[in-house]
Amino acid sequence: MAVKTLTIDGKAISAREEQTILQAARENGITIPTLCQLNGTSDIGACRLCLVEVAGIPKLLPACVTRVGEGMEVSTDSERIREYRKMIVELLFAERNHVCAACVENGHCELQDLAISVGMDHSRYDYMNPKCAVDITHPRYGIDHNRCVLCGRCVRVCDEIEGAHTWDFQGRGANTRTISDMFVPWGQAASCTSCGKCVQACPTGAIFRRGSTVAEMKKDRTRLDFIVTAREKKQWIA
Amino acid sequence: MSQRIVIDPVTRIEGHAKISIQLDDQGQVEGARFHVTEFRGFEKFCLGRPFWEMPGITARICGICPISHILGSAKAGDAILSVKVSPQANKLRRLMNLGQFVQSHALSFFHLSAPDFLLGWDSDPATRNVFGLIKANPELARKGIRLRQFGQEIISLLGGSKIHPAWAVPGGVRGPLTAEGIDWIKGRLPEANETAELALTLFKGMMDKFKAETQIFGNFPSLFMSLVGPDGEWEHHDGALRFVDAAGNILADHVAAADYQTVIGEAVEPWSYLKFPYFKLMGYPAGGYRVGPLARLNCAEHMQTPRAERELQEFKSLSSGSVNNTFLYHYARLVEIIAALDTIEQLVDDPDILSDMVRADAGVNNLRGVGITEAPRGTLFHDYTVNRDGLLEHVNLIVSTGQNNLAMNRTVEQIARHYVHGEKIEEGMLNRVEAGIRCYDPCLSCSTHAVGQMPMEVSLLAADGSVLDTVARA
Repeated sequence: MAVKTLTIDGKAISAREEQTILQAARENGITIPTLCQLNGTSDIGACRLCLVEVAGIPKLLPACVTRVGEGMEVSTDSERIREYRKMIVELLFAERNHVCAACVENGHCELQDLAISVGMDHSRYDYMNPKCAVDITHPRYGIDHNRCVLCGRCVRVCDEIEGAHTWDFQGRGANTRTISDMFVPWGQAASCTSCGKCVQACPTGAIFRRGSTVAEMKKDRTRLDFIVTAREKKQWIA
Repeated sequence: MSQRIVIDPVTRIEGHAKISIQLDDQGQVEGARFHVTEFRGFEKFCLGRPFWEMPGITARICGICPISHILGSAKAGDAILSVKVSPQANKLRRLMNLGQFVQSHALSFFHLSAPDFLLGWDSDPATRNVFGLIKANPELARKGIRLRQFGQEIISLLGGSKIHPAWAVPGGVRGPLTAEGIDWIKGRLPEANETAELALTLFKGMMDKFKAETQIFGNFPSLFMSLVGPDGEWEHHDGALRFVDAAGNILADHVAAADYQTVIGEAVEPWSYLKFPYFKLMGYPAGGYRVGPLARLNCAEHMQTPRAERELQEFKSLSSGSVNNTFLYHYARLVEIIAALDTIEQLVDDPDILSDMVRADAGVNNLRGVGITEAPRGTLFHDYTVNRDGLLEHVNLIVSTGQNNLAMNRTVEQIARHYVHGEKIEEGMLNRVEAGIRCYDPCLSCSTHAVGQMPMEVSLLAADGSVLDTVARA
């Protein structure tokens, strides 16, 4: 196991060569904001919130899918990075219909927390106001596409941890939609085991427990951590 | 030459409105209209949402009485789930509604209307407001503000916040009151009672002074509607609908929530965003009725507590039939504060309000649900139709101020006929017309299902439509 030495925000650290910048940073108590990343599932670099600067490379790199390198000088916080992160969050808000005040996840939402942490007080972009459906055909859960940020956590958790692959994407760009099975209502998706992992994985109020009222939905990610730890380390601990 | 006077915007009410007064060739009032100029659209944009979210969404109709919408919406949700909420949950909901009554009525009396009574109709409009009142009578203003705080705090103790608490839900409520909450309420009750009695004594003492207003501010026969209990007692949350006429005769009784459309129709006029509900059996506009504190006291035969009962009977002795003077809405509001405080006192001694058995769980068992509750300003209807999954397909909201629409128009006309003569608008006249509207404590944000202050403007318009005179308030 080769070890690489590098600096993140001026702090000298050592990391295993297969680790990503994000993993190395977290191990050393350095916080990099993320949204699409979910422990136990593959990293896809989709949300671009974990962009960092690496000395000598002009473009920004996503920390979740960039491996550490010997002598790397990584910066996780600069004026340029802060501006991009804020822009990304603003674009996420502009793309769908996020109405925090009346949302089931209000107060416990990762997107809302991100908006606060990047200092977003409004979106500079015109809201697209897309027409999105709510699907509560499933007896226990519901999905509201108005609140979906297309992070794909539900898709990966369902495929990689539950092994059902009920969720996937349809369409491209802003027209992408999360769909169940071959684009059937969730309640009719034969592959769904109703395990609820997607509910816990979803960072916003897009996937929720049916019957939830405003600000009532709290996601419990420790359940997912438990399963991942049990599978990977054969340790049945929370 | 005939003219039209327009008061736009109307002040010290909740929302945006204007009043137009039509003068004939002799400069006498020919007619007057109260226009609500807000457009909201809640009934439309809620479509497609799960009904479970509706208490949270419809609460945003109004920041003054979100509780009424939350409770009405939760009750409509109960009907869709086909559940009867637990007695504990119902008591908790009732407690919150009473807190709402106290805060809203205190706001209407002390903050919005008392400046007229205590500083005078013709006093300087720049100081004829709650700040003027604080300057003139700081002790009374302080008591009024603290009474409102008492009501607001009850809401907060139950729901976690004073405004828009996401607490009452289809099937019940999210949680009970705490022992600390009970202690706080009990600690502040004596002061609240003292202030309520003081206000009532103050108002009764002014009745002689306001003889003219009592006769002119919307004194006309009309129907009244409110919820009453099974034995005709005063009710603010449960019970069934009752209509009484100007003479006090019961025209319809025990009308269940789900059957409201058998007795209530809604008419539309091109000059206002506010609909005109009417009593179906008498048609439009003859079936115009009033709701709110005055209507509740006219419909109720008795109160649940001795002190409130004494006040009710004294109030009823003002007239042989129903009390028809709109100005006495203020009086009725104070009697209701007394009744609310008495009932709060009873509820905080009931161990049920600490119970955690407060929420029933069920699926969609009914495709339609109607929830009725008494808001401080009058009866509130939430009527939802959902699909099999629980997504809204149709929403009808009938809000208290809407039901007073016909009466408010009539009140404006009556006051204008008495006070407006000639082409020039006098400030005192403007204020009296507004005060007539303020008797109803209208909430236009609610009734058109917007937010904001209620500025008012009056314009005098000639027959050809040209503006002769305008007085505006910001």
